[in-house]
Parts: sequence; C-alpha cells; structure tokens
Amino acid sequence: MVSLTINGQSVEVEPEATILQAAEKLGIFIPTFCYDPELTLVGACRMCVVEVEKARALMASCCTPVMDGMVVHTESERVIAARKENLNLLIANHPLDCLTCEKTGACRLQDYCYQYGISESDYHGDKKDYELDDTNPFFIRNMNKCILCGLCVRTCHEINGAGAVEFMNRGFDSKVTAAFDDPLENSSCVFCGMCVDACPVGALTPKHGIGKGRPWELKRVKTVCPYCGTGCGLELYVKGNTVVGAKGDVTSPASRGQTCVKGRFGFDFLQSPERLKSPLIRKNGELVESSWDEALDLIAKKFKEVKGTELAGLASARVTNEENYLFQKLLRSLGSNNVDHCARL
Amino acid sequence: MYEKHILICAGTGCISSGALDVEEALIEELKKHNLQDKVRIIMSGCHGFCEKGPLFIVYPEDIFYCEVTAEDMPELVEEYLVKGNIVERLLYKDPTTDKRVISHEEIPFYSKQMRLVLRNCGVIDPENIDEYIIRGGYSGMKKALEMEPIEVVNAVKSSGLRGRGGAGFPTGMKWEFAYRSQNDKKYMVCNADEGDPGAFMDRSVLEGDPHAVLEGLVIGGRAIGSDEAYIYVRAEYPLAIKRLRTAIAQAEEYGLLGKNIFNSGIDFKINIKEGAGAFVCGEETALLASIEGERGLPRPRPPFPAVKGLWGKPTCINNVETLANVPLILRKGADWYSSIGTEGSKGTKIFALTGKINNTGLCEVPMGISLREIVYDIGGGIRNGKKYKAVQIGGPSGGCIPEELLDLPIDFDSLTAKGAMMGSGGMVVMDEETCMVDLARYFLSFTQNESCGKCTPCREGTKRMLEILLRITQGKGEPEDIPRLEKLAVSVKDSSLCGLGQTAPNPVLTTLRYFRDEYEAHIFDRRCPAGQCKDLLTYYIDAELCIGCRACIKACPAEAITGEKKEPHVIDEAKCISCGACFDKCKKDAVKTK
Ligand SMILES: Cc1cc2nc3c(=O)[nH]c(=O)nc-3n(C[C@H](O)[C@H](O)[C@H](O)COP(=O)(O)O)c2cc1C
Ligand code: SF4
Ligand code: SF4
Ligand code: SF4
Repeated sequence: MVSLTINGQSVEVEPEATILQAAEKLGIFIPTFCYDPELTLVGACRMCVVEVEKARALMASCCTPVMDGMVVHTESERVIAARKENLNLLIANHPLDCLTCEKTGACRLQDYCYQYGISESDYHGDKKDYELDDTNPFFIRNMNKCILCGLCVRTCHEINGAGAVEFMNRGFDSKVTAAFDDPLENSSCVFCGMCVDACPVGALTPKHGIGKGRPWELKRVKTVCPYCGTGCGLELYVKGNTVVGAKGDVTSPASRGQTCVKGRFGFDFLQSPERLKSPLIRKNGELVESSWDEALDLIAKKFKEVKGTELAGLASARVTNEENYLFQKLLRSLGSNNVDHCARL
Repeated sequence: MYEKHILICAGTGCISSGALDVEEALIEELKKHNLQDKVRIIMSGCHGFCEKGPLFIVYPEDIFYCEVTAEDMPELVEEYLVKGNIVERLLYKDPTTDKRVISHEEIPFYSKQMRLVLRNCGVIDPENIDEYIIRGGYSGMKKALEMEPIEVVNAVKSSGLRGRGGAGFPTGMKWEFAYRSQNDKKYMVCNADEGDPGAFMDRSVLEGDPHAVLEGLVIGGRAIGSDEAYIYVRAEYPLAIKRLRTAIAQAEEYGLLGKNIFNSGIDFKINIKEGAGAFVCGEETALLASIEGERGLPRPRPPFPAVKGLWGKPTCINNVETLANVPLILRKGADWYSSIGTEGSKGTKIFALTGKINNTGLCEVPMGISLREIVYDIGGGIRNGKKYKAVQIGGPSGGCIPEELLDLPIDFDSLTAKGAMMGSGGMVVMDEETCMVDLARYFLSFTQNESCGKCTPCREGTKRMLEILLRITQGKGEPEDIPRLEKLAVSVKDSSLCGLGQTAPNPVLTTLRYFRDEYEAHIFDRRCPAGQCKDLLTYYIDAELCIGCRACIKACPAEAITGEKKEPHVIDEAKCISCGACFDKCKKDAVKTK
C-alpha cells in the first residue's frame, strides 16, 4: 500500500491507484469530463487537474498514479483558477442553449459551470458551426455542443468495437465524426447508443425523448431487456406512466451498461396502440380478441389433430434460454424435431 | 597524388543556392586544364554559413570562397588553380571592417565558435564511412562495447550532458531509468523531427555527419540494453534520409551495425521512420504513437517512455544533437566533456542564428557564452546599423530576451529563469523595427495551428490568445485584454497535457514581461511604437521628397490622395484606410508613417 495526503487528509491505496481513485476513497469530489474507468485513460479534458507538491505543472488526477508521500491539493487557488479557465474556454465555443437543451439537469458542463460560478465567457471569437447530423432514426449529433472529451470515440472502439466515430482534423478544427465526415447512417455504426449515454453534454440526443421531460421529472426503473436471452440490464426513464427513455444499467452483471440498438432505442412498442395485449383467434376470416383459456384450448385441440413431423415449432429470441429449452422439449414429446428460432431467420 | 582538395558545401542550403551546378562546372573546367587527377572534389556537409553559400574551400591553403556560382568556375580554376592568384572578389567580406579575409578561421562567425558536435560537418564526405573513421569515428562505440552497461550510463551521467531536444533533461539519468527497466526488449529512438521553424542543426548533423548519430545510438543501446533503434526523421528532410540510409548500409557492411558488432556478441539494428509533418510529432509520446501507426497525439506521462514506451517496451528517446555528443564523451572522457560549459550546462550548443543580424547561420558555442557575444561577435551585429531590441530564443515555445539581459550567460537554467528556454536552439534577432505584440501573435499563430486538439486548454486557449493578440495588432484591443491574456496564458501553461501547450504561452508572457509598454501603446494610444502594425499607422507624404508623379494616387483604392502633377501630393487622413498601397508604390520613399 502507498500512503499520500490529499487536502491534508492521509489515505492509503494500492500502488496502481490514481490520485482520482485515492480522492474518491476519501470522498473528495474531483470534476471530470473525459474519464471513464472502463476506458483507456487519456488525460485530455484537464478538468481533473490537481496540484501535486514539487510538480512543475498541474497534474491530471485521473491518470496520474499515486506515489508514496505525495502531497496533493484538489481545490487550491491554482487548481480552481485552471478549472474556471477551462470552463470559460469551453463555453466560449458552445451554443449555451440550456433552456431547450435535452441535457439540462444532467449535463456535466452545466453542473461544473454552476459549481464554479461561470455564467458567461470572457472570450468572444470564432465558434464551431457544424450542421446537425439528423439522418438516422435514433439520435441527433450536434457537434457544436461537443467538448471533444472523446468518451464516445473510446466507447465505440473499445466497448462496442464498431469503430464508427473518430477525431478528424486537429487543434481548434478537431471534430468527432464518421469516416469521410459522412452522416453516421453511412458508417459502421450499429446504433447501440452507448456513445449517447457516455456523452457528458448534450451533443448526442436520443430522438424519442425530445420534449418529453426533464431528468429530474423522470423516474428511473431498472429492468431486464425483453428482446433476447442475453438479459442486459436496462434503466427505463419513466414520466407518469410513460416510458420516455432507456439506457444500459451499469450495475447489471450481465451487461455492465452495454446495450444494442433494440434495447436502447426499441421500446416504443410499449406504448404502441397496435400492441397485442390478448390472444387473437381468426374467426370467419377475421382476427378476434379472445381469452387465454379459449386460445389454449384451441391450441391443444389442434395439437391432437396433427401427428409427429407434421408439427413444427418456432420459438422466440425474446424468451430465456430455459424457456426455449422447455419449448423444444415440448415439441419433441409431441413427436416432432422441427423446432427453430426466430434469431436464425 | 592529389595536390589540392576542394570542399564544396552540399548541405541543403548550399544545394538550393546552386552547389551542384558549381560541382558540375568545376569538373568541366578541371578537365579542360587536365587537373582532374590533381584536384579532389569533396561534397561536404553543412558549414553553417548558409547565407553565404555555396561555400567553396580550397585545402591545404584553407582559402574560403563564398557565394560562388557555376559561372565563376572558369575564372577560379584559371586564376587560382593554374596561376595561383587568389580571386579577391569571391572572398568573404567582413561587414564590420569591409575587409576581405582569406581563411575561414579569420571570419568572426567561425572564430568564436567551438565546433565539437559540428566537428565533422563540412569537413568530411558524409557518404564515405572511412572519412568518419579516420577522424576517430566509432572508437567511442568500441570503448562502450568493452565497458559494462552501467559504466557507460555513469560516464554519460558524470559528463553532465543534458538533452538538446528542448527540455534539457540529464541524458545519463534518462539512460539509467531505461537501464533499470526490466524487459526482454528495449528500444532506442532518435528524435530527428526538428519541427521548430528556423532550426536546422539536426538536419545539418544528419546530412554532414550521419555516423555520429548512429554511433551515439549504438552506445545508448549498449547502456540501456537495447538491440534496436528507430530514427524518426521528418519526411521534409530527403537528403538527411538518403545520407542516413547510406551510412547505415556502410556501417552494416563494415560490421559496425547488425549482428555481433566487433565480435562483442552484441547486435544492433537501426530503422528509419519518416515523420508525417506535424510539429507535435516531435513530442516524445506523440512520436511513439506515430511510429506505432497511430495518430500522432501526446499521451499522459507517467508512465514515462523509459518504463512503457514504444509498443509498451522501455524506450529511450534522444535528440540528434544529444546523440552526436555521446561518441565524443566516450572517446575523450567525461572529465574532458564536463570541463566545457557552466555548472549546470555542460558542453556546447548549436544555435540557428537568424533575423535582423549580419551573419546568419548555424553556430556552435560553449554553454555559458553571453548573448552579446553571439549577437555582436558571431552574428556581426544588427543589420544596417539598427538598434538591437530582443532575441527570441527557443522557437515558438521560447521567449524573448531584451537588451538589458544581453550579458545573460546562455545555458538551460538562466534562460528558463528569464522566461525563455533553450528549446532546440532557434535564435531570432529583432531590431527596433519589430513589433513585440506582432511577434507574439506570429509565434502564437504557429502553435495554435499546430495544437493537436486533444486537450482543452491548448486547443481552445491558444485560439483565444491568438484572437486577442490579433485584435490588439489591429487596433481593436480592449483595456481588459492584458489581464485577460495573462490569466489565460498562465492557465494554458499550467494545465495543458503536453509540452506544446505548456510552452506555447511563453512568447506572450515574455513580451508582456519585458515589453508591456508596447501592448499598452497599442491598446490605449492606438499606436504601434515599432511602426509595423498596418492598421495603427497614419500615412502622410513628405512634401520635400514628393516629386508629384501621381503613382500613389493611382495606387490608392480609397481615393484618399490628391495633388497636381509635379506638385507635392497630400493624403486625406479621414479617407485613408491604412492599406499601405501608396507606401509600397512610391519610388522616392516620400510616403511616411507615424
Ligand atoms: C511540441 C513539442 C515538439 C518537440 N519537438 C522536438 C523535436 O523536433 N526534436 C527533438 O529532439 N525534441 C523535440 N521535443 C522534445 C521531445 O519531446 C523530447 O523531450 C526530446 O526528444 C528528448 O531528447 P533529449 O533528452 O535528447 O533532449 C518536442 C517537444 C514538444 C513538446
Ligand atoms: S450541452 Fe449542457 S451546457 Fe450545452 S446547452 Fe446543453 S445543457 Fe447547456
Ligand atoms: S460527442 Fe459527447 S462524448 Fe463524444 S467527444 Fe463530444 S462531448 Fe465527448
Ligand atoms: S497541449 Fe496541445 S498539443 Fe499537447 S496534447 Fe494538448 S492540445 Fe495536444
């Protein structure tokens, strides 16, 4: 173990720990934009800088390993000046339309500006002026709000593996975009939406929730995605009795916050007026609602009419492995090996 | 038997001023006089005095002809080589005394120098390994291979050598870190990216004495326990790349590189990687990313390359000039080396001298020499008798040194203490006609353009600093701009990820420190004291000088000038847009500014 002092309090941590982790252990909060413990550390946003005694410049706490005897200050005058300047610079190049921005209330840029009392920038000059990428059905990319933290890029490369977005150009002209600066629709993006969840600001906005509620109005409900047997954990955002959003549940042991396009964006069926809520039986050429008893009786009757291999069963990817197992057992006990599964179609 | 040896400089500077044509014409003339077996032509590396190129030196007499052309060859051969009469008009003329001098040793540009790293540049044929060996080449490496690795580390440590790539980190200490890192594979890397605008000492060493760098790499490899090196050389240096390739091939042929060098059982392989033209790729972690095939973006340190470098292996990165010092240290001993220079900075440093100075070019001087000696003795003083104002040292990451600090000893620590830095050794001399706000704007425009964009303070901060400086030079400065600039510069320096952002504010901070009055004049008086910022100038016509030729009237896009033919013309200040068209057009210099 290594021991160090942060803001006058001493703490012991593993030798591989970073200053940020040591501070967390003491319950000291350090703001970050580009940090995610699941991803490569890049030390790019410089929000988490702290003063380390004897070091020449400020150090990024997210990626600086602790050293024995280190003396760290996380809220010194010098640190606060640097963080304020950082925010000052970010909002000089930002639309600041918090009034209608979907991210308001859950935006780290907004939160830190609030924390450090930055309401207006000292600088007025060139600003990013990109067209919105609104070409796909799932989310809008507004690169004018992007603070270039790179979380979406690393999530896409390191967690999904799709590698659909990357940095383009350099310096002030840096931009996160897909290959050839094409709309995301034309890229290798699989629309898992994990970048949307990673983004600390409102640069990536899911379309389904627009105008449907502020973060503080929404109830978060944990559930398991119904689409397939993997069992990814989801958090649904619910306003009143309506689901207005979803995101991966980072506490789910099955998926640790990861999702695919269906789980992340495919929940509109819940509130669809066309959603089936009871069995339908075709009577005189028309589908008529019926009770489960009636439907099951009908099925049992039909099973008796057909023999062995005349019978085929098609199972669903949306039930669990165990249910699929039971289903094939049932079919085989009825004398048929003709069992298949919609995920193979 | 050759009676005479003629060295023609074939550095990039002299080649672009026509050295190859000179060579061709000389061969032709020698044939005409049947002298081809008596005179040997050597195409050498850079002599540093590129401004006077092509340089043409005749040995054994040591006659230094400069600015020669192919057309001069018939006369030179006929008069000097045949008849023995020195061709006066091609000799160097000392700008301070107006006298012609014969030998290069009499030229002040050379006499104050101490050419250790440049010892072979301009003297040997860089494409012939024998010439390097005859002058003691590869003997330092032989010694190192007979020593224990830690002894080599200690020799470099006690020599006091510090890195010449910018930061001045003690080389021996860096080697020791890499030596102590345990791994089955380690790399040596030579940083030959030389991105500072105006600096060309690394190119000159690579072009003029490539084996010195190879030898330095093998010695470093012996010290840290590495058997493979990369030379990261910028693609804009084709001649350096060609000479390096030739040198590597020759050294391999002689068994000085490759398998089992000197039968020592030690192998060493050197690869060349061409850099792709971004300034930030000279930063060591970005350089490693670039070799690995990634975008050349800096990575946070620690881990330092000595622990986790190229492909995750311990790596030691050294600059060209640093490595070229190493063979000498091994050959002549650490004590000899540490006797040169100052307490904290040993050996020599090469500077690329340019700007408003009489002699421009490369000069190598012992550490601790005063700025005054460089500017006035080696540099021959300020051009056209103008007044010295400042020197920008260390390129765009450095800072300016004003007149009151002319006696400052030039070494790592004194420069840093004054807000400048050694950097790679760029030295731009400015006279009274340089506007210091515009100077800061110029350097900021370079760093802003080269910022990689990875971290916020540098990406956004250099842009805003540049915008403020631009505004001030355009006469739109606001009183809050000075404190704004200061606050921003300090934060960018303090919180940027890599050395680029951490040093980019230096030109702003030093000009604010030493020339604050110029900023104030621009902002409060709307005046540029150096008379450079176009938007702040008032143009008028000196009636004494004006001949009434109407040239300025025709040139003025704002129709602000009136006057009859052959009568003095007048500029209407209210209509003038300060474009300077009349100023450029007037043949009599009658258009003035105030
Ligand atoms: C933006 C930037 C550009 C740099 N460019 C160069 C360069 O062109 N050549 C070089 O040798 N070092 C350059 N450096 C310094 C290197 O990062 C590194 O410190 C050096 O190569 C180490 O060698 P040394 O210890 O021999 O000086 C640069 C540093 C920064 C921050
Ligand atoms: S991204 Fe954040 S700071 Fe920007 S407009 Fe939206 S809420 Fe405001
Ligand atoms: S889009 Fe969001 S996550 Fe991606 S780089 Fe920009 S701010 Fe970061
Ligand atoms: S300081 Fe500048 S060059 Fe260095 S990482 Fe940051 S943005 Fe890139």
